[in-house]
Amino acid sequence: MKERILAVLEKNSRIDLHDLAVLLGESEVDVANAIAEMERDHVICGYHTMINWENTSEEKVQALIEVKVTPQRGLGFDKIARRIYSFPEVDSCYLMSGGFDLMVIIEGKTMRDVALFVASKLSTQDQVLSTSTHFVLKKYKQDGTVFSSEDEEDRRIQVTP
Amino acid sequence: MKNPIADKVASIKPSGIRKFFDIVTEMKDAISLGVGEPDFETPWHIREEGIYSLEKGRTFYTSNSGLKELKVEICRYLARRFDVEYDPDKEVFVTVGGSEAIDAAMRAMLNPGDEVIIPQPSYVSYEPCAILADGKPVIIPLKEENDFRLMPEELLAAVTDRTKILVLPFPNNPTGAVMTAEDLAAIAKICVEKDIYVISDEIYTELTYRGTPATIAACPGMKERTILINGFSKAYAMTGWRLGYACGPEEIIRQMVKIHQFAIMCAPTTSQYAAVEALRNGDDDVRMMRESYDMRRRYLLNAFKEMGLPCFTPYGAFYVFPSIKKFGMSSDEFATRFLREEKVAVVPGTAFGESGEGFVRISYAYSLDRLKEAMGRMKDFIGKLPVQEGSESC
Repeated sequence: MKERILAVLEKNSRIDLHDLAVLLGESEVDVANAIAEMERDHVICGYHTMINWENTSEEKVQALIEVKVTPQRGLGFDKIARRIYSFPEVDSCYLMSGGFDLMVIIEGKTMRDVALFVASKLSTQDQVLSTSTHFVLKKYKQDGTVFSSEDEEDRRIQVTP
Repeated sequence: MKNPIADKVASIKPSGIRKFFDIVTEMKDAISLGVGEPDFETPWHIREEGIYSLEKGRTFYTSNSGLKELKVEICRYLARRFDVEYDPDKEVFVTVGGSEAIDAAMRAMLNPGDEVIIPQPSYVSYEPCAILADGKPVIIPLKEENDFRLMPEELLAAVTDRTKILVLPFPNNPTGAVMTAEDLAAIAKICVEKDIYVISDEIYTELTYRGTPATIAACPGMKERTILINGFSKAYAMTGWRLGYACGPEEIIRQMVKIHQFAIMCAPTTSQYAAVEALRNGDDDVRMMRESYDMRRRYLLNAFKEMGLPCFTPYGAFYVFPSIKKFGMSSDEFATRFLREEKVAVVPGTAFGESGEGFVRISYAYSLDRLKEAMGRMKDFIGKLPVQEGSESC
């Protein structure tokens, strides 16, 4: 049941408990318990809202920063990763395979903000060997949702056998 | 001037759905729950394969019976999903939707006056196709108390010396009824005993929400007397691609291909290439869509329960078929008033045969939000209707 709950919540975290129980054909109590358990076990880590900031008056820039670091003996990448992701400016931080080690995603008000953060906070870390910053110019799709303005209308013939 | 129209064609009644279509297209902010096709778009990897085939210039006819690789994939699919083995060279051919297969099967098999048993309520084309092929339709009215399944005794009562074909339309449009393997075994036994051929329309078979879908072709002695019809429209949300197929005994398929060859030539080539991709890599898409329909099915059944509308629990297709008998009006009247007063279009059960009287078909090939809005309006609507004294409810 947990996987089925997650499949629905992943797409619509605002669905109310009653509806969720009906859709899954389970009792409300069972669903509520399963959700509580998953929250406790950090399977469900939050209920965020996906916002297309481009459609607001708020100015925001996002950058993907490839960071190469020297791993530390006994600690691997975790310690340096923690030093980096603890900055509130860091939105996401992943350990990567391939040509660099950490992918750091940063959100700032302006490009200058982001550049300053990289120059003063990130590059100055002892274990950081190099950084390469890429700014996001346009988001087409995020977490399975297409950010396009035009809603495709229902083109089906309205009554068919 | 001579009458330009053939009597046989003139005798066929136009579909009862037309009227609602006309009203609903005129109406602003109407919600239609009358659609008989998926709301999903064809999965992108399938569309992409169609586009690729166009880019490669694969714009020629295929062989009459269809692309060899598609026929091979169809046979593999039927073997892995239903445990029935067909020879891709001789026992399967690709059609323009399941509808063409129904037509071709009737025309290939019927002599004038042969009887075709058609359980109703069911899809609108069986009866006209039988008539156009000079067959005589014999209708079995399915009953709600049997969950709209075909019961062996109903079949036995309809069989005569002239019975040639039984149409088996499950999972059923419009009721959503399914026949389990045990249900089918009982029907199969009669068909073997009474020497009846079966046209099994299994277009909704992937949309079965309980148990494993079964085909009568897998029953002992049935493969040699069954035309299995399926297609891509419902399972893969490919209605507009117009692609289906028929499988059956070599001799019948050969005669059906002959009709297809002269009437159609071959099914659309682009669609056939896309369908190969669908069968090879589309299982997850089917599962995802099925789960989504299943949730909506539960949502609607619960909504009916909450508003006190009786409805048997369907386990197939994407329709529910609630009973509106307690309001003491005809299906047509109910659907017309519902559309006029609350701007929601549903299809009267009578559009699928007289035995659909007292029911309406509601499609759940719509987003949950849309269904919610429609159920709100439905609750308002039936709230104002007086309930007939002594009316039956289930």
